Amino acid sequence: MTTPTTSPASTPGRTAKRRAPSGRPPAGRPRGGRSRIRRQLPMSPWLFAAPGMLVAGAFSLYPFLSTVANSFTDRRALLPGSFVGLDNYREMLGDEMFWIGLRNSTLYVLGVVPALVVLPLLLALLVEKQIPGITFFRSAFYTPVVASIVVVGLIWVWLLDERGLVNSMLEVVGAGPVGFLSDQWLLLLSAMAVTVWKGLGYYMIIYLAALGNVPRELHEAASVDGAGAVRRFLTVTVPAVRSTMVLVGALSSVAAFKVFSEVYLMAGPDGGPAGEDTTLVMLVQRTGTGLSGRVGYSAAISVVVFVVTVALMLLVLRADRKEDA
Amino acid sequence: MSRPRDRAERREEGTAAPGRRRSRDTGRGSGRRMPGWEIALRYALLLAVLALTVGPFLWQLSTSLKGPHEDIFASPPSFLPEQPTFDNYVRVAETIPVWDYALNSLTVAVVNVVANCAGAALAGYALARLRYRGRRAATLVFILAMLVPVEGIIIALFTTMRGLGLNDTLAGVVLPLSISALNVLLMRNAFLNLPYEVEEAAFVDGANVWQRFVRIALPSVKGTLAVVAILSFMGAWDDFLWPLIVLSDPQNFTLTIGLNYLHGTFADDERLVAAGTIIAVLPLVVLFACLQRYFFRGVGEGAVKG
Repeated sequence: MTTPTTSPASTPGRTAKRRAPSGRPPAGRPRGGRSRIRRQLPMSPWLFAAPGMLVAGAFSLYPFLSTVANSFTDRRALLPGSFVGLDNYREMLGDEMFWIGLRNSTLYVLGVVPALVVLPLLLALLVEKQIPGITFFRSAFYTPVVASIVVVGLIWVWLLDERGLVNSMLEVVGAGPVGFLSDQWLLLLSAMAVTVWKGLGYYMIIYLAALGNVPRELHEAASVDGAGAVRRFLTVTVPAVRSTMVLVGALSSVAAFKVFSEVYLMAGPDGGPAGEDTTLVMLVQRTGTGLSGRVGYSAAISVVVFVVTVALMLLVLRADRKEDA
Repeated sequence: MSRPRDRAERREEGTAAPGRRRSRDTGRGSGRRMPGWEIALRYALLLAVLALTVGPFLWQLSTSLKGPHEDIFASPPSFLPEQPTFDNYVRVAETIPVWDYALNSLTVAVVNVVANCAGAALAGYALARLRYRGRRAATLVFILAMLVPVEGIIIALFTTMRGLGLNDTLAGVVLPLSISALNVLLMRNAFLNLPYEVEEAAFVDGANVWQRFVRIALPSVKGTLAVVAILSFMGAWDDFLWPLIVLSDPQNFTLTIGLNYLHGTFADDERLVAAGTIIAVLPLVVLFACLQRYFFRGVGEGAVKG
C-alpha cells in the first residue's frame, strides 16, 4: 500500500472538496482525510441503507402510526371500521379487564425490577474473580437467557405443578402442595420469579462489564481505611456502578411492563382464574386477534402500553439525572 | 496503522470484560491471595446458583428420558431415570411433526441471520462511513424504529402482513425481524470505531464504495458481526408472540408455537412435553457454548459503550 504524497490535483477526490487543505500529505490527518472518502455515486449511500430502512419503515414505523390511527376507529378484523374519536379510550375506563391488565402489568414492574437491579449485581460480584472454572459458571448461569421463553415457561409449569418437583420436595419436608399455578396471586408471583430467573444472567453480564471498569485503587484505599466487604460494596461498588443500575432499571422496567409470554404460558391464554392474571399485552393479543378481533380497541390499549413504557423510561432516566445534580 | 492490529490482537485474546484484562495487567491483587475460606464460600455459592439455574433444565432432561412405567410424580422425587429411554423423543415426533417444526424454526433463524448480517452491515456502513445529505434523518429512522416496542404494534403488524398476503407463511414470520434497527445501530457503532486511514488508502488505490465495504471495512468488524449473528439466531429461534399471532395452520408452526400447542393438547404426558422442550433448547445451548466468548464480549461492550 503506497501512500501518495503527490500534489492535490493529481489525487482523485481531492479536486472538488474544499475541506481538504492542500499541500500536506493525507496520511495521519484523519480530519482532512475524511473528506476524501466523500466521492462516490450520489445514490450509493441510499442503496446501502435501503433494505434496512424499508424494513424499519414497513414493520416498525408504519405499524406504529397505524396503531395510533386505528385506536380512534372501531375497526374489526375483517371490517375497515370508521372514525369514532375517543370512544375506545372512554370504553377502556369502564372496562374491568383493562384495569386488571393495568394492575397486573404494574405489579409486574414493582415486583420484578428491584430484584433484577440487585440480584444480578450480587451474581456479577460472585463471578467477577478469576478463579478456576469461572468461565464455565458464567456460561452456565447464562443458559436461562439463551433458552426460549416457551421452553422456560413449560419447564416451570412442570416444576410448579401440583404434583411437580417443587411440590414433591415441599411434601418431603411436610408442607402440603402449594397451588403455585392455581391461585391468582401465587401464579402472578411465580411468573415474576420465572422472569427474574430468566433475566439474571443477562443483567449479570452487563454488571460484569461495569465492574471491570471500577478502579481497583478505590477498593484498596477503602480497605486500608478499614472498611469491610459490605462497607466497601456500599461505598465503592454501588456508587461506581450506579449508572449501570439505572440502565438495568430502565431496561427491566420497560420489559416487565410489556410482559406477555411468561404469564400466557403459565396462566393459559385466558389469563388464569377468571382472567385475573391477564396482563395488558395479553389483553392486546386477546382482543385484537381472531375473526371478531376488535383491532380498534386493541390498538387503544396498545397506545396505553406505549405511553406507559415511554413514561417509565423517562422516569428512570430523570431519577438518574436528579441524583447526579 | 497500528490501531487495527491492536484491535485484532485484543479480539484474539477472547475473554470477556475489558476491565478484567486491564486490572490483571496492573497487577491487581497480585500481592494478596484469597483466603481459603473465601474460596470455599465462593465455590459453595457458585454451585448453589448453578443448581438453581441449570437444575431445572436437567430435571426436564431427566423427565424426558423416563420410561412409561416410571412414576414421574414420585415424592421424594427421583432425579435419575430408572429405565432410561429415548422412546419419548420418538413418541413426540408421532404426536406432532416436531422435526418439521424444528426445520421451520431453523429456516426462519438462518434466513434471519443472513438478512440481519447483510442488511445491518450495509445500513450501518452507510450511516457511519458515507457522507450524504439526509444521513442524520436516516439514522433517526433507525433510532425511532428501535424505540417502537413489538408488543405494542403486534396487531397492526398482523394487518400489514395480511395486506401483503403473507399471513400464515414463514416469510411473514421472518420479515419483521429481518433487519432489526438495533443491529443496524450496533454495526454503525462498530464502523464508527474503525480508523479512517485504512479506507482512505484503499480509496486512493482506486477502490470503489463496494470494494471498500467488502474488502476493508467488513473484515474489521467481524466481532460485532458475530454478535449480530448470534443475537438474530437466538431471537428468531426463541420468538413466541409474533409467530403465535401470524401463524394459524399447524403445518407452518415453528418449534416454539408447536411446543405451546403440544402442551395445550397433550398436557397429560409430561414426558412428551419434556422431550419437545429438550429438542428446542439443545441446539441453542450447543451454539451458545461454541460462540460464548464472542457473545459475552459483545453484550458487555454494547452495554458499556451504549
